[in-house]
Amino acid sequence: MPHARSLPPTRRQLLTRIGTLAGSAALYQAMTAMGHATGTDFKGAPALKGAKKGTKILVLGAGLSGMLSAYELRKAGYDVQILEFQTRSGGRNISLRGGDSVTELGGATQKVGFAAGNYINPGPWRIPYHHQGLLHYCREFGVELEPFVELNHNSWLHSSGAFGDKAVRYREFASDFNGFTAELLAKAIDQHKLDDFATADERDHLRTAMKSWGALNKDYAYTKGNTSSLRRGFARPQGGGIDGAPIPSDPFAREEVLKSGLWTWMAFHERLDMQTTMFQPVGGMDQIGKGFTRQVKDLITLNCKVSAIHQNEHGVTVTYNDMANGGAVRQAQADYCVCTIPLSVLSQLDVQVSDGMKAAIQAVPYASSVKLGLEFKRRFWEEDDQIYGGISFTDQQISQISYPSHGYFSKGPAVLLGGYMFGPAAYDFAGMTPQERIERGLAQGSAIHPQYRKEFSNGVSFAWSRVPWTLGCCSMWTEEARKTHYKTLCSIDNRIVLAGEHASYVGCWQEGAILSALDAVTRLHKRTLGAA
Amino acid sequence: MRLIPSISALVLAGVVFSPLTLPTAAKADSASAVAGKMQALPDGAAVYKHICQSCHMADGKGAEGAGAHFPALAGNPKLKAADYPAYVVLNGYGGMPWFAGLLTDKQVADVVNYIRSHFGNSYTDALKPEDITDMRPHLSVEEE
Repeated sequence: MPHARSLPPTRRQLLTRIGTLAGSAALYQAMTAMGHATGTDFKGAPALKGAKKGTKILVLGAGLSGMLSAYELRKAGYDVQILEFQTRSGGRNISLRGGDSVTELGGATQKVGFAAGNYINPGPWRIPYHHQGLLHYCREFGVELEPFVELNHNSWLHSSGAFGDKAVRYREFASDFNGFTAELLAKAIDQHKLDDFATADERDHLRTAMKSWGALNKDYAYTKGNTSSLRRGFARPQGGGIDGAPIPSDPFAREEVLKSGLWTWMAFHERLDMQTTMFQPVGGMDQIGKGFTRQVKDLITLNCKVSAIHQNEHGVTVTYNDMANGGAVRQAQADYCVCTIPLSVLSQLDVQVSDGMKAAIQAVPYASSVKLGLEFKRRFWEEDDQIYGGISFTDQQISQISYPSHGYFSKGPAVLLGGYMFGPAAYDFAGMTPQERIERGLAQGSAIHPQYRKEFSNGVSFAWSRVPWTLGCCSMWTEEARKTHYKTLCSIDNRIVLAGEHASYVGCWQEGAILSALDAVTRLHKRTLGAA
Repeated sequence: MRLIPSISALVLAGVVFSPLTLPTAAKADSASAVAGKMQALPDGAAVYKHICQSCHMADGKGAEGAGAHFPALAGNPKLKAADYPAYVVLNGYGGMPWFAGLLTDKQVADVVNYIRSHFGNSYTDALKPEDITDMRPHLSVEEE
C-alpha cells in the first residue's frame, strides 16, 4: 500500500511512476501515428472445407470455444455432437436476471431478485475493441453491441487514509497528478537536470508538451486558475448570465496526490485490454452465448457429466452420466474430440492422453474471483453524482464499483457491479455466506456512496471458486508453466485436442476461447485430412 | 494499492523451481487486474477462514462438482505427514493455486497445524515456521 509507506518517494521512484504513465501515453501516441492497430491475432474465420464424409467429432463443453469449434467443424462437413454438463449452454458467458437462481458448491442457493430488465454479468462483462475474433462472430451471429464505458472522469477514486478517507473524482485526481508531474518535469528541464538525458531539442519539445499535457500556466506552474480548472473542474461551475463567472478550484496538495497511490487507477485504463472503445452486448453478456447457441443448438446435449475420455487408434470414447435421466452411464464415440472442459475439472477426470499432456492439464491453477450484483431503488450515481457508466475504485476488498453502461436516465431500480475481486479478497468473499458477501459489499461501498444503505433493494454474489462446473474463474499461467507445458497443452494428442481460454495467450478473456478454438479446429482439420 | 504488482507477486510466487521467470499478471489476470487487500491472518483458524474455506468449505468437508471435487480435509489420510499439506499449500495442486507468495512461513505452518488438528483430525506433531522456510521454494519476485 503506497499510502502506508511513510517515506516520500525517491526521485527514482517518482520518475518511474511518471514513466509508467507518461511513457505509455507517449508510446500509444507513437503507435497511433504509425497506424498500427494493435490487437489479437485473429485473421478471419478459418473457412475449413472438405471433411471426409462421416467423420465424427465430439465436442465437450458448450461454452464459446466448444460452440465455435462445433460451428466451424460442421461447416467443414464433419458430423459434430456437443456434450454439456450444465442445464444451459454458454459456459462462463452468463448473465443473471430476476427469477434466476444460483446454487454454489457448499449448497447455498440465491434467488435473484432484480426487477424486470435488469441484469448482472458475473463472468465476462466488457470486450476490448481489438478482440476482433469475438467481435467478428458477434456480427456474424447477430449479437448487437453497445459501448461499455470503462473510463469515466467523473467516477470516484478512494483510498483508505488518503484525502481524509474521502473519495475524490478521477477528473480532479488525474488533472492534479498530470499537472504536478508536468510541472516537475518542466522545472527539471529549466534547472538543467535533464541535460544529460535529452538533447536540447528534445528538452524544448518536452517542455512545450508538458505545458499543454499538464495544463500549466504561462510560468509552467500547475496552480489554481482557469487553466487547471478546465481540467479538474471549477469550485463554482461556469454559468450563464450576470452571475455566471466561474470560480476556479484548489488543486489537492501534491504530497497527498503522490502518496495516495490512486495513480494506480490511471495506469489501469492505459492497459491495452482496457483502452477505449470497449463494448458490451445489448441486454446482457449472455446474448453472445445465445447467439452462438442459435448456430449449434441442434448439436448440443445438456446434462452430461463427463467422467472419462478414452482413445485408441480407431477413435475416442467419452463416458458420461446422463443427469437428465438419473445419472445413467452412457458413452459417446467419435473419430476425434475437441475438449473444452476447464482444466480445473479436466485434471480430475479419467483422461487417456500422453504423460506430457497429463502434466500440462495438471499444471494450470484457476484464479478465484467474486462479483457482487447490487440492485438499488434508483440510479443515485447518475441523479446525485452525475456518473454515467464507468468504474469507481477503492483500496477496500470490493476493489471497484461499476455503473451500468446502459439505461441512462431511466427511472426505477438499476443494478451496479458492487464488487469485483481477485486474489485474497476473492478467497475471503468466496468463503462467506451469500448474505455476508452482500453485507460486506454494502459496508465497503458506503465509503464511496453514502446513499447505499437507503437505496439498496437486493443483491446477488457469484463466487467462481464455488461454481461446480469450473471450480474457479479462469486459468493462471506462469511463465514457467508456459515454457514447460503450453505447447503440449495445445498439441493434438492422438485424437484429442483441447480448446478454451486456458489454451491461449489471452487468458481469462472470451477472445482467448475464440482464438484457441479456431486454432484447434484448424489444426484438427489438417490432421483428419492427412489421416483420411 | 499496488494491486497489479501484488498479483504478479502471487503469480511469481508460484514459479516454484524457476527463479528466472517473469510475471504473467497482465495475461493471467488482465480481465480483472485487481487483487484486493489481504486480511489480517494471526492464526491458523484465520488463514483457514479467509482463504481455504472458499473451496474446502467451513466444515472442511470439501465439495463435489462436475465430475471433479474439492477434497475434504476432514478425515483425509493424506494429512498424516505434515509435509504433504505444507507442500500443497506452498505449491498448489492441479486447479488449486499456490500460496507461497501470499502466506508467510508462520501462516503456512499455522494453517497446516490447524487442519491437522481440526475437522476430526487429531495429529499432535506440529510444524514450526522454520520447517516451512526449508520447504519454501526459492523465488525471485520481479516488479511488473
